[in-house]
Amino acid sequence: MIGSPDVVAFTKDDDYGDSYTDPCLVPEEFSVPLIPHANANPWLKTSYAKFSKDFILISEFSEQVGPQPLLTIPDDPKVCGTFDLNYFSLRIMSVDYQASFVGHPPGTSYPKLNFVEDSKVVLGDSKEGAFAYVHHLTLYDLEARGFVRPFCMAYISADERKIMQQFQLLSSGFSRASECLKSGNRKAFANELEKKLRDLEYTRSVLHKETELQKTNSGCYSTQVIEKANELANVEKSIYEHKDLLRQITSYPNSKRRDADQVQCEPEDRADTSTLDHTLSSNHSGNGDKHVEADSGNQHPSYTPQLIKAKSAKCFDKRLKTLEELCESNFFLQTMDQLNAIEKTFRGDLCFIYTSQVDRALLSKQKITSFLFESERDDEEEGSSRNFYDPTHTTHHVSSNFSGEPMNLESYTPYAERSQNKLVLETMEGPPESSTSDVTQETSEDANDTEMKGSFSSDRSIEAFINLSPANPEGFSRISTSVACTVTSSEEEGNVPSVAAAGKTPSSLEHESDLNHGEVFETGHLVQMDTACCMGQDGFIYEEPLPEPVQECCEDTVVKREPLSLLQRDPALQVDYVLGESTLTLPSPSMGLMLPELNPSSLSEEMVKMNVEDVSDNASYMSTSTSSDRAASPFTYGSPVTLKQKKKAGHSALRFIRQYPFAQQAIFCLLSGRTLVVLGADEGTVRKLVNALLIFVPNLGKYGETVQPWLSTSFQLSDLQRWKLIGLQRVVSPAGSSLLHSLSRYSRYIGILDCDNKTLRCPTYKGTLIGHMADHRTQIKRGSTYYLHVQSILTQLTAKAFLYTFCHHLHLPISTDQDANSVVQRRTNFLLQLGYTEEESKIIRFLSELIKQHYLQGPLKGVSQSYFSFSYTTSYLYKI
Amino acid sequence: MLRWILGTRGSHGSAENRCAALCIGEEQPKNCYTELQVLRGHFDIVRFLVQIDDFRFASAGDDGMVLVWNVETGERLVELRAHTQQITALTAYTCTNSEKTLTALITASSDRVMCLWDADTGQRLRTMSNLQSSVKCVLVLDHLDVCLSGGNELCVWNRDFQLQCKTVHCRDSGITALVDLPKCYVAATIDKEIVIFKLNVSETEMSILAIRHLTDHQDTIRTLIRVNDDLFASGSHIGEVILWDTLDWTIQAYERILWEEPDREGQSEIKMGQQKRSEASIQHLHSDGERIVAAVGSGLFVYNTKMKTVVAYRKFAHDSDVLYTKLLHNGQVMSCSEDGSVRIWELQELPLPAEPASSGFFGLFSTIGRSSKHGSVQSKKLPEVSGLCSLELVGDLIGHSGAVQMFLSFGKRGVVTCSADHLLIVWKDGERESHLRSLALFLKLEEKGCL
Repeated sequence: MIGSPDVVAFTKDDDYGDSYTDPCLVPEEFSVPLIPHANANPWLKTSYAKFSKDFILISEFSEQVGPQPLLTIPDDPKVCGTFDLNYFSLRIMSVDYQASFVGHPPGTSYPKLNFVEDSKVVLGDSKEGAFAYVHHLTLYDLEARGFVRPFCMAYISADERKIMQQFQLLSSGFSRASECLKSGNRKAFANELEKKLRDLEYTRSVLHKETELQKTNSGCYSTQVIEKANELANVEKSIYEHKDLLRQITSYPNSKRRDADQVQCEPEDRADTSTLDHTLSSNHSGNGDKHVEADSGNQHPSYTPQLIKAKSAKCFDKRLKTLEELCESNFFLQTMDQLNAIEKTFRGDLCFIYTSQVDRALLSKQKITSFLFESERDDEEEGSSRNFYDPTHTTHHVSSNFSGEPMNLESYTPYAERSQNKLVLETMEGPPESSTSDVTQETSEDANDTEMKGSFSSDRSIEAFINLSPANPEGFSRISTSVACTVTSSEEEGNVPSVAAAGKTPSSLEHESDLNHGEVFETGHLVQMDTACCMGQDGFIYEEPLPEPVQECCEDTVVKREPLSLLQRDPALQVDYVLGESTLTLPSPSMGLMLPELNPSSLSEEMVKMNVEDVSDNASYMSTSTSSDRAASPFTYGSPVTLKQKKKAGHSALRFIRQYPFAQQAIFCLLSGRTLVVLGADEGTVRKLVNALLIFVPNLGKYGETVQPWLSTSFQLSDLQRWKLIGLQRVVSPAGSSLLHSLSRYSRYIGILDCDNKTLRCPTYKGTLIGHMADHRTQIKRGSTYYLHVQSILTQLTAKAFLYTFCHHLHLPISTDQDANSVVQRRTNFLLQLGYTEEESKIIRFLSELIKQHYLQGPLKGVSQSYFSFSYTTSYLYKI
Repeated sequence: MLRWILGTRGSHGSAENRCAALCIGEEQPKNCYTELQVLRGHFDIVRFLVQIDDFRFASAGDDGMVLVWNVETGERLVELRAHTQQITALTAYTCTNSEKTLTALITASSDRVMCLWDADTGQRLRTMSNLQSSVKCVLVLDHLDVCLSGGNELCVWNRDFQLQCKTVHCRDSGITALVDLPKCYVAATIDKEIVIFKLNVSETEMSILAIRHLTDHQDTIRTLIRVNDDLFASGSHIGEVILWDTLDWTIQAYERILWEEPDREGQSEIKMGQQKRSEASIQHLHSDGERIVAAVGSGLFVYNTKMKTVVAYRKFAHDSDVLYTKLLHNGQVMSCSEDGSVRIWELQELPLPAEPASSGFFGLFSTIGRSSKHGSVQSKKLPEVSGLCSLELVGDLIGHSGAVQMFLSFGKRGVVTCSADHLLIVWKDGERESHLRSLALFLKLEEKGCL
C-alpha cells in the first residue's frame, strides 16, 4: 500500500560522505540526463519536482482520517503546484516515530504522560523529486486517543543537499518552533484539564447527591444505587487520574529545555511554565494566593461546570481540535511567524544560503569595524537568515508580552515605582557604568535569570502575567496603545532640550532597559549558536588566516593577537558590546527607534514608526515635512536601512557620479566626516540624491540615524553632530533667510551640494582613492554591482582604519626615550606608506576615531557622537 | 591723559577694518580647537561659568539652575536646583577643614536667596533667604574665613554662613563688583564710585566700615579687577580705565579710550559723543598680573601695566560688543561677543618701522591709519610705543547661535563657552583628544588581556 519511504539516515558529515554520491561528479553528469524535460534554467533544481519552491508543510496523523496535510507555508497553492500533499503527508507521517506513550503503562494503574523528544529525520522521495526535513512532535489533547495528537512539520525541498547541509540549522529552527507550539499546548492542555476537573467535581457532587437521594428512597442495595455508586467510583477515579495528569503536565521537567540550541526559547517557556505552575498549584491546592484565584476566576467568568456523562461520545462523532485550538492562538501565531522566518531563511539556492552564511560568519568576527559600512542584516526581503537567528524576532512576542504587562494597571504601579527607584539609585550612585556592569555580570552568569529579573521582579507582575492570557485579543491592543503611550510621553519630555536622559518617563526607560537586557544577552548567544552551526559544517571559516595586513605590518604582538581574541570570541569583548548596548542613557530618538523591534502587531509597529518620527523630529526641534512623498521614498526615517535599499541606492549613486563631475569631492566630504548638506527646492530630487549618497556614509546606523533625508527648517550645531548627510529644503520665503544664515554660519563644518544650481562647496580632494570609487567613466552598469564595488573599496578602507587604530606603536611610544612627536611622525609616515595622501589620511583618521569610539563606548544609537570633530580647511566652489 | 585718535581714513577705512577683522577664512592652522562637544542642560541664557578644579566647572544662568560638569567627558555631574529666579552670582571655593576638604559653591539669585552647596554631592548645605536685596556679587576671603556679598548693602558672613555684620543700605544701584585688597580692605563699586571698606575682625565680632569714596570715574563702573599685589583696575561705561594702588588707593594710571569717527568730526559733536560712549564701554577687564586686556565696545585693547602703555588694540574685534575677554596661558587673547563668536588673538611683534608692511599686518596698519597723516603719527609715537604689538586673529570658534556670555579656559583640556542659546560648548584640541582616546583604547585592550 504505502511504500516505505527511503529514510536517509542523518549522520555526521564524514560518515555520510561514504553513502552519499556527489551529484557533481563528472561521470555522473555525462550519463543519461536525469530530467528529460529539463527546463531552460539549468540551475533550477526544482525543475523536475512538482512544486516551484521550497515550502513547509504541517501535517497531522489524525485519529479519524489518518495522515492529512494541515497547512503549508507559504500559504499559496501555486507553491505546491501539482505536488500531492496528501500523499506526501502519508509518507512522512508513516515514519515510525517514537510516539509518546500515554495510557496505562504496565505496572501502573494511571495514565502517564511521556515527555518525549521530537524526532528529526530526513526523508526523500526520489519519485516525486522531493526531500524533506521532517520534525515530528506530539501535542496533548484531552479528547484525543491516548491524549496525544501526532503532528509533523516538514521542510520540503527538491534539493537534497540543501536539506542535508542545513540540517542543523533546520533542526534548531524547527525545534524552536516546536518548542513554542508545545509550550502553548501544555498551557492549553492544563487549562483543559482544569476545566475537566471542575466538571468532574461537579458531576461527582451531583452524583453524590443523587446517590444519597436514592439511598433514602430505595434503600442501600437497590441496583440503581449500586449503579450510581459505581458511576461515582468511576468519576472519583477519573478525578484522580486527571489530577495526576495535571500534576504531570505542570511539573514538566524544566531540565528538558536545557538543550543548548533552544536557549532562545527558554525565557519564554520558563516564564510561561512558572506562571502556569503558579496558577495551577494555587488553584489546585486551594491555598494559593487569593489574588491569583480571583484573577483566574476572572478569566472564565461565564464558565459553569457541566455534567459529564459516564460514556463519552464516539470518537468519530466529535470534532477534533484544530492546531490553533490545541495551542493557544498566541503561541500558534508565534510559531507561524517562526516558521515563516525559517521559510524565508532557507529560500533560494543552497549556494546562496551557504555564501550568505559564510559572509555572516565572517562579518560576525568583525564586530569592531562592521558598524562602519556593513548594513544590518535583518531585512526581510533579502531572505537573509538573520531573521532566523534574530533574537528579537523569536523573542518578539515574548518580549511584547513582557513589556505589555506593566500596562495592566495594577502591575503598572509597582513597575513604575521600581523603575523610579532604580533611576534614583543610578543618579545617586554616580556614573551609569556601575549599574550596567552589574547587568552584564548577571547576563553572563545566567541569562534566564536576568530575563526573569528584568521582567518580573515582583510577584505582582507575575500575577499580572497570569491575568493576561496570551490568547486575549485585548492584550494586543493594550500593548500597542501602551507603547504609543510611552513614546508620546517621552516625546513630551523631549521637548525640554536638556533632559535627554533624565526626562524619560520611568516606564519607557524601564522598557528600554529591560528589552536591552534581553536583547543583549540574546545577541551574545545568537552569535555563538550561529557560528557553532557553521563550524560544524565548515571548519575552514575558522581556520582562515587573519587579515593579511595585520600580520605583515605589525610586528607587535599586540595587533596580532587582537583579532585572535576576537576569533576566540573573547567573552570580555562580547560583554563589552553588551555594555554599550544596555547603556541606560540613550538619547530619546534612539529609544524610539528601538521600539519597532519589540512590537508584535504590524498595526502597533506602524504606530511606533509614526511616533518614532515624531520623537526624532521633536528632539531636534525640527519639523520635517510630512508630505506624502515621504512614505514612497525608498529611505524613510525610522525603518531599518536594508541591504536591498542600499543596493538600490547603488543605482542612484551610479547616476550621481556620472552626472556630477565633483562627485568625488562630495564623497570625500562624507567619508571624512564632514556633514554634507544637499540643498534643493524639489523634495524628490533632494531625497534621491540623499538616497544615492547614503552608501558612502560611515556608521550609517541601523535605521540610518545619521542621515536626515529632508529638512525644511534651519539646523543647529548639534544636528551637524548627529547627521552626516542632510537633505535641506531651499525656501525662498523669509524663513529661508534664517536657513541660509545657518548654512553660511556653519559653512566651515559642512559641505553644501546645491542640486538646483549644480554646485558643490567643500574642501578640495586630490587623491586617487575615491577616483576608483567614483569614476564617472565607470563601466559598471548595474546599481547592485556598483554598490558591491563601492563596498569592496570601503572594506579596504575599513581594514586600513582598523590597522591604524590598533597598531600599538602608532599611538604609543615604543621605548621610554621617545617623545610624542616621534609617535606623531610615525603615524603620519604609516599613512603615507599605505599610499594615502593627506586628504585620504583624514578619512582613515575619521574612521579610526569612529572605531575607537565604538570600541570604547559600544555601539551608540541615534544621537551617536558625544563629540564632533572637524578641521579648519578652506572650501572651494565646484561647478559643473 | 592719553588719547588715541583712530581710524583717520574715514568710513571706507572702517569698513575695511571690519573686513580685516572678520575674514580669517576657514584655514586656521593655529586654531587647535578642532573638536567640540555640546552640553545641553539649561533652559535659558547661561551667564556664569566657574571653574571648580582641574576638570570640573559649574554653569548657571537665567533658569536658576546650577549644573556641575566634567570638562573631559562632558558628563553632567550634579544639578543644583533651588533658585526660582535667575542666578546673579556664582562663586566656587575650597575650604579645608580639619576633617575634610569641602568644595563649595555659593550661588545668589534674584529671588533674594543665597545658597551654599557641596559641589561633590550636590547637597545644599546652607540657605540664606529673606535677604533685603538680591546679591550681585560674592567674594570669599579665604584668609579671614569670611564671605562677602554685595547687593544694596554689603554683608559679611562667617564660615557657617551666619551674618556677622553689614553696611547700611547703600543706594538703589547697589554693589556690582567686589575686590579683595590687602590689610583687610575691600573695594566695591557702586555706580560711579569705588568705595573702600575696612573689615575689622576681632575675637568676638566683626564690623565693616566705609572709609573712602573714590569718585574719579565719570560714568558707571562696569568692571573691577585685581591686577597684582600693587594694582587694581576699574573700567567705566565711557571707556575710562583707571589703575589704582592697592595700598593708598591713588590713581596710578588713567586711560580714556575713544574710538573716534574722524569723518564726522566736528559735524555733530553731541550726537557723536553719545555714540562714542556706548561704543567705548569697558565690558570686561582681565589681567595676568602684568598685562590687562580690556573689552571695549566691540574692540579689544591690551595694556601693559609696567610700561603704562597700550600694547595692542583692535577697534573692531567683533561684530558687536565683546562681553568677555581673557589672556590665555599661552599668551593668546580670547574674546567672546554678542555676535555669537569666540575669537582667538595672538600678540605679534610689529615689524621694524623701516620695513615695508607685509600684508599679514595689514589689519593693524589700517586701524592706525594709512592716510597722509599716517607717517607723521607713527614717527611721533614710535619712541614711546616700542613694545607695540598687533592683535592678530588666529582663529575663531563658531558654534553658538546666541551671544556668547562667557568662557572658561581649562588650558590643554579645552575651553568652555556659554551662551544665550542655552548651550554650553566645550572646545577641545582634536589631536589631543584623539590621542587620549587611543590611550584609553589600549588601556581597555590591556585590561582585557588582549595586549
